Amino acid sequence: MVEMNINRRQFLKLTGATAATLAIVELGFNEKEVYASSKELKIAKSTVTPTICCYCGVGCGILVHTKNNQVVYTEGDPDHPVNEGKLCSKGTTIRQLYTTEKRVLKPRYRAPGSSEWVEKDWEWMYERIAKRVKETRDASFIEKEGGIVVNKTERIASLGGAALDNEETYLLSKMMRGLGIVYLEHQARI
Amino acid sequence: MTNHWNDLQNTDCALIMGANPAENHPISFRWLLKARENGGKIVSVDPRFTRSSSQADIYAPLRSGTDIPFVGGMIKYAIDHKLFHKEYVAKYTNAAFLVKEGFDFKDGLFSGYDEATRSYDKTKWEFETAEDGTPKRDETLEHPRSVFQLMKKHYSRYDVDTVVNVTGTPKKDFLKVCDAFCSTGKPGKAGTIMYAMGTTQHTVGTQNVRAFGILQLLLGNIGLPGGGINALRGESNVQGSTDFGLLFGDLPGYVGAPKAIPEHATLKGYLEKETPKTSYWTNKPKFLVSMLKAWYGPNATKENEFGYQYLPKGNKNYSHMMLFNTMHKGGLDGAFLFGTNPVVGGPNAGKEKEALSHLKWMVAVDLWETETSAFWQKEAGSDPSKIDTEVFLLPACSSFEKEGSVSNSSRWMQYRWKAIEPKGESKADLEILNGLATRIKKLYKNESSPAAEAINALHWEYGGHGDHPDIDVVCREINGYDAVTGKLVENFNALLDDGSTVCGNWIYSGFYPEEGKNLSKRRDNKDTGGGNFLNWSYAWPMNRRILYNRAAADPSGKPWSKDKAVIWWDGVQKKWTGYDVPDFKAVVAPTEPGGQSPFIMMKDGVGGVFAPSLNDGPFPEHYEPYESPVPNMFSRQESNPTIMIFGGSFNKRGDRSKFPIVGTTYRVSEHWQSGSMTRNQEWLSELSAHMFIEMSEELAEEKGIKNKDKIIVSSARGEITAYAMVTKRFKPHIVDGKKIHQIGMPWHFGYKGFATGDTANRLTPHIGDANTTIPEYKAFLCNVRRAD
Ligand code: SF4
Repeated sequence: MVEMNINRRQFLKLTGATAATLAIVELGFNEKEVYASSKELKIAKSTVTPTICCYCGVGCGILVHTKNNQVVYTEGDPDHPVNEGKLCSKGTTIRQLYTTEKRVLKPRYRAPGSSEWVEKDWEWMYERIAKRVKETRDASFIEKEGGIVVNKTERIASLGGAALDNEETYLLSKMMRGLGIVYLEHQARI
Repeated sequence: MTNHWNDLQNTDCALIMGANPAENHPISFRWLLKARENGGKIVSVDPRFTRSSSQADIYAPLRSGTDIPFVGGMIKYAIDHKLFHKEYVAKYTNAAFLVKEGFDFKDGLFSGYDEATRSYDKTKWEFETAEDGTPKRDETLEHPRSVFQLMKKHYSRYDVDTVVNVTGTPKKDFLKVCDAFCSTGKPGKAGTIMYAMGTTQHTVGTQNVRAFGILQLLLGNIGLPGGGINALRGESNVQGSTDFGLLFGDLPGYVGAPKAIPEHATLKGYLEKETPKTSYWTNKPKFLVSMLKAWYGPNATKENEFGYQYLPKGNKNYSHMMLFNTMHKGGLDGAFLFGTNPVVGGPNAGKEKEALSHLKWMVAVDLWETETSAFWQKEAGSDPSKIDTEVFLLPACSSFEKEGSVSNSSRWMQYRWKAIEPKGESKADLEILNGLATRIKKLYKNESSPAAEAINALHWEYGGHGDHPDIDVVCREINGYDAVTGKLVENFNALLDDGSTVCGNWIYSGFYPEEGKNLSKRRDNKDTGGGNFLNWSYAWPMNRRILYNRAAADPSGKPWSKDKAVIWWDGVQKKWTGYDVPDFKAVVAPTEPGGQSPFIMMKDGVGGVFAPSLNDGPFPEHYEPYESPVPNMFSRQESNPTIMIFGGSFNKRGDRSKFPIVGTTYRVSEHWQSGSMTRNQEWLSELSAHMFIEMSEELAEEKGIKNKDKIIVSSARGEITAYAMVTKRFKPHIVDGKKIHQIGMPWHFGYKGFATGDTANRLTPHIGDANTTIPEYKAFLCNVRRAD
């Protein structure tokens, strides 16, 4: 048997409340009853917000249950015409996008030549990035090419955006093209 | 997708080729299974017996990179057995058009090829026109220069024996597929083709899709319920992000980005060159001017060409591989990355990682530390002290920690509400973009250089509080409004080219037609007929669910069959009516001019069997992949003669003598793309924890490899180590009498996250399609050996 990256115990610890459900099931209780009651307990008095799965292009509906500023449960949206409450493994585990310890919670900065990240505040990051963008853009800006006004910089690129919301992709496209960026690409190509 | 997920239930036959929806779009399969309950058939064509194959009625294997022979053979089968829908073909496609004298095809090349530039003179492929400029036609389809006859001749070479000799498909399986799918050519029947990256990620990717298009037009399957050509999108909003102009060549709404060419020097010149004389695109000036008003606001005036000159004009291909090639040569100083991880997902990923170290600065916006934002770390195999790139990692929040809409494969623009505050200090990308834009603009405020002028002119007023814009203001700008009164426009029919309307993306115009009615928020799930759910969210354009639906009715406006009715002409009401929003001018009668031309976005109003605008030919022709285990049996042209080839160390080419095995990449259900959104989660990481290489029992035996052995896969680009997964799902292909092995591997893995493994894309080449430059991930050469 090949080594797992996380062993069963770590896995149970990591997944908190759900682990209890799994453990009870393993002891041989009626799975359906336990599932139903545990579901009730966890989501009692929670706030339910509809969302759309962030993974593939099927666009399944998901209900997010929140309570005390935690995501306590997620489930397929039974009212959604495409998935009618069903989800695949990715949609099912969407709650862990919030609960996982791997999330980056503060801006991180890596100086040239450094071997580590340093946490910084947002304002510091914004201002330093803006300065670097301006520096590069000013040094490389091409106003005219063969007599034609071209207003571009070919030394800055922007990549990605297929997981962003429409409103975000709109602002991204407007901002990058507004800056004169022509190396503008995203995952539709790859 | 021309059609949509729920519509799959209406199909009589689904041909799944270059996709594996049971694995990668699992919930979509519910609708295919529904179709089968209604008597429909599922056909899977794939190099590997996939999860979709296991659910199919018919399975046919083929060697990666031989889709055109396969589909070309089906086209020939449909013609030879007269299974095509003759009236549809004659009336609704350009099969009846005559091609100018001089058009020719010889030994793999169409007329007009220039070897020095590796390109075609496309004027050699033009239609013969009548005095009024419209193409001459022969609806009997008998004229030797008619598209139909030229097509028939072209595919006469794709006979069954040649085809199966090239593809390695057992003859009986190939014939079963032909028989099942071509039976949908009858009126009253509809077949759908479902494809994904297995189709597009080839040096002939565009022509693979074109071959589907020809077949579907021949069988009269476009515009019908249960029909269409359906690209299964792999990412929740790759549809929307493309619609909004995140590929270099297109502004929002597929209006071409201006180029540094004399014809584009002015707005007037651009519009003259780029506005066709026919089709709905005659409205392009309204779309572009309204977009310029949205981008430059009060700074867009008639006097300054509505700010047209502020838009950057490129002079070359800036797509992904060119971008990394330039970066590798030190031609780029800075880069923004929004939720993307090319060190795992990019082709020839080892080179792409190297390229990053040439940047002076990089801004990564992500939920995680990815292999890309951490490319400078020791764990990445780098020496941090030698890398001078300044890296900024800005934490983004997840999709349910913010609000906004995404467009699924069906073009449904669905709203997502905010369930919880962003975790920690993470923020919505909307806020991050606004934060960056406002600060950059502030630095230029008091300057007047040309660089300053262009960015100062950009209109950026989104209200809200702090850095977070008011999303409603963004939505209004996308939909469009009256420049003076601010009143929302009903849809894109209201747009004008005189600067009096504002609209950020015309194809979405109509989703927010009046105050308080953002239609992407609709949740009425009553089936309005045909499974179209017209009151659930909003489908662009104009809430249409089935594109080209006029073609589901015969020229006189009656449905071809009652079973497959979508819209029809109502002579009493004098308008098109039915179960969907007509993809047609609703009041144009079949007897009026244009009333029988269902493809309103196409120049001639018909579907293109012959495509004179593509770079590599008007008909799909087989060329072997850039790296192929065998010579091309169709002509002396080994690979696509119009692909762009990078020289030097950036892209080493593997030879079949050293690398005799075909390699391909794929995905598993539990992971997603480069894995950053799934390998950072506990459950999915446990469900699918390891990088593996899948191979046949035959190859394993030849190489002395057992299941779960550690093995090394090598290509001209690099080597990776992984576990062997020996299965019956791969079988050697018999190609021209020789045994050709193929292996497959997931491309999700990297060294970050809970589930780690070597990156498959270290093996894939920097070579791409002749039209889109999408990399050829799906067919490359490699070799395997045991690790010990
Ligand atoms: S739940 Fe699965 S099938 Fe549905 S959208 Fe998410 S990833 Fe796709």
